[in-house]
Amino acid sequence: MPEELAALVTAARDGDRAAFDELVRVTSKDTYTLAFRLVGNEEDARDVVQEAYLRAYKGIGRFRGDAQFTTWLYRITANCASTHLGKRKKHRHDELPEDDGAMYADTDSTRDPQASVVASSLRDRLTSALDDLPPKLRSVVVLRDVYDLSHEAIAAELGISETAAKVRLHRARRKLREIVFPLPGEEDEAHAV
Amino acid sequence: MRCDELSELLASSPDVSDIADRRARKHVEGCLRCQAEVAQYRKLLKALRSLREELVATPHGLVGDILVRLEEAGERTAVRSLLAGRRAAYVGGLAVATAAAGAGAAVLLVSRNRRLRAAA
Repeated sequence: MPEELAALVTAARDGDRAAFDELVRVTSKDTYTLAFRLVGNEEDARDVVQEAYLRAYKGIGRFRGDAQFTTWLYRITANCASTHLGKRKKHRHDELPEDDGAMYADTDSTRDPQASVVASSLRDRLTSALDDLPPKLRSVVVLRDVYDLSHEAIAAELGISETAAKVRLHRARRKLREIVFPLPGEEDEAHAV
Repeated sequence: MRCDELSELLASSPDVSDIADRRARKHVEGCLRCQAEVAQYRKLLKALRSLREELVATPHGLVGDILVRLEEAGERTAVRSLLAGRRAAYVGGLAVATAAAGAGAAVLLVSRNRRLRAAA
């Protein structure tokens, strides 16, 4: 499969339009999944994917091949999603302050975390928790922890500094952990050792 | 050292051996709460990585829509390059005509000068 993809990329770089179309068919599910995870809904994800392939088509001649084609495409998709989210200013999450941890923290200290995990699968809880994260935090954790992009690449595509990317990643992981694995009395218990 | 002081550190380094600060590492090694938190971060990262293999169902007609947009973009590019080609041919023709007119004028001037010199 990677060799097949590499051959298609080479042909597409040489101007073979049919090869690029085939690249779209081969990679569209993966690209759409990333776009959907970044923007959180089908309509926006559709727009982001179309824009991403258009940019990839225009830029394929400049793709040097020193990174994997899929990684290159992920970066373009991330950039398109960031631009798209920037335009979508009236989204409910954008009105929330980033530090509003109380909204995501589970403050019910009587609940047994193990029982909660059993009640719904970890993956379902995680997917739901990701959906609830503010887009700025979700983008970074998806790109780093799901798609393994470097901090440098994430910062470049989202138009933020590497430090900001790292800070957002820690916040995102922390919020996800608080939702998926809430510790009993986490909010008010601060014990020293 | 308090557990809540290490919260950000644990989120960034779910592997205890990666914690550079010796004091912090020692605390985590001796603290059940922090160790539980570290274990949870590891589980969380494993679950996040596994999402990579899980594809979302693509909406009907997505690939078709992308190909149509590419087609349109390709047509626009072709029209632009055609126009650019015509413009280049027009400018080139104009340049050749100008050069020819210049050369003609120069020949006329030279022959006129010779005739004037011969008459004198």
